[in-house]
Amino acid sequence: MKIRPHISIKNLTVYIDQQRVLKDITIDIPDRKITVIIGPSGCGKTTLLKSLNRLLDPLDDVKISGKILVDGEDIYDPKTEVTHIRKKMGLLSQRPQALPMSIYDNVAYGPRIHGHKDKKKLDKIVEQHLKLAGLWDEVKDRLAEPAWRLSVGQQQRLCLARGLAVEPEIILGDEPTSALDPQSSQNVERRLAELKKDYTVVVVTHILRQAKRIADYIAFLYLGELVEHGPAEEVFANPVDPRTRAYLTGEIS
Amino acid sequence: MTLPLTKRRSIHRKVEEGVFKVLMVASMVIVVGCLVLILGTIIWKGLPALSLAMVTQTPKGGYYLGREGGILNAIMGSLYLASGATLLALVFSLPVVLFINLYRRKNSRLAEWTRFSFDVLWGIPSIVYGAFGFIVMVFLGLRASLLAGIFTVALLEFPIMSRAMDEVIRLVPRSLLDASYSLGATRLETAFQVVVRQCLPGILTAVLIAFGRGIGDAASVLFTAGFTDRLPTSLFQPAATLPLAIFFQLGTPFPEVQERAYASAVVLTAMILLISLLARGLVKKSTRHIIK
Repeated sequence: MKIRPHISIKNLTVYIDQQRVLKDITIDIPDRKITVIIGPSGCGKTTLLKSLNRLLDPLDDVKISGKILVDGEDIYDPKTEVTHIRKKMGLLSQRPQALPMSIYDNVAYGPRIHGHKDKKKLDKIVEQHLKLAGLWDEVKDRLAEPAWRLSVGQQQRLCLARGLAVEPEIILGDEPTSALDPQSSQNVERRLAELKKDYTVVVVTHILRQAKRIADYIAFLYLGELVEHGPAEEVFANPVDPRTRAYLTGEIS
Repeated sequence: MTLPLTKRRSIHRKVEEGVFKVLMVASMVIVVGCLVLILGTIIWKGLPALSLAMVTQTPKGGYYLGREGGILNAIMGSLYLASGATLLALVFSLPVVLFINLYRRKNSRLAEWTRFSFDVLWGIPSIVYGAFGFIVMVFLGLRASLLAGIFTVALLEFPIMSRAMDEVIRLVPRSLLDASYSLGATRLETAFQVVVRQCLPGILTAVLIAFGRGIGDAASVLFTAGFTDRLPTSLFQPAATLPLAIFFQLGTPFPEVQERAYASAVVLTAMILLISLLARGLVKKSTRHIIK
């Protein structure tokens, strides 16, 4: 598999509260593929994901060194606007977090803050992205209802639609199915698989079977270190590092 | 014969539960009882003296001796003064609270010190605020006026409103903020479009608590807003207030005027009740979207 990188992480080291959480990570994340970050809990998967859209709050005690390039642009360059970086990426969190507004407004929130005012155009954006997230048919008659009334699985797809509505290039998923029932999980997985046609997808998961189902590219993190990465079929078939082998066989988890 | 340990333990727990339930109910009865007693006294003593003239007329000559007139001057004065002060306090406390919660690290030193100073300010007696307002007035060469009263009462309301608001806004989960940030929203957009929405009932409660405190306070307006028998027409004229009207009427030696003081208290209480209900009704519609 020839890699066209969309995100390049170079020598990324992250300290949180003086603890080193990520250690000298270097990896290219391929364009329009699903990259799955696997590893035991507490290994820094979520931190790595959050560092991609600068959600690691500089107000907390966080120290970051190294570079992350998105489309060749250094996102930690002081001149780079953080809102511009985040607009490029949609985020799905572990538990879907609806905003305190209607279903419609949840999706329209992003486009509105980025300057879309025209009601007709917003209607179209909302419909289009709810369809893209596979939620439109379930909610088209209740767009004015509070978003929290949706089931958790529907809320996760709403969050997907909300993230897609700001027209990102990248979708980040932080264990996006961990709070969902099997059927909703499957639904979200299917969406992600469809979306990789147009988007670069990065998903963190601790579920190996899920990784096997959706991954094109795998990164294995262990104790803050990037142990191994490569095309999914290669890593799963022939893990090079003994730690990867141990993780894949379930010896460490 | 002694009972087995688990059995004894279970009896013990049952007794414990019962005793504390009785204590709670007793506290409840005492608190609610006091409230009913206070309100009852005011209504019982004030209602007979309450008349249409009282709420539609200003004091005529000799009102405080028991002659014709009403307390419309104080009703309007209090409304203007407390509304102005509450608005002013809100304009300052919302930004302060949003700042320490969204723009600073969680539990930053600045936030802790701000909270601490609010707590201290909360405890300062209102007469001290009045004296402070008076000193500033004298320094600026102003006389007692509605505007001076508004500023002083706003000072009095500010720490109360801020602290109450802070308690709800600091509970907003980080994940909600992140959801907004990750869409490319700025802190400001997140503050006003997400946090304020989510916390609207709490913010309203804070505003109402402060409003209630402001409209009911006599000492802070004594020197700063002054008192007049006329309706307030300008920010730079003195204005009457209900707490002072009650105070003056109670201070007369005439029982019929004292009864009017209780009637004025009924009016004040009714006003607070009405405004609270109105405000709650107004935000009711926008609270249905709040994430539970």
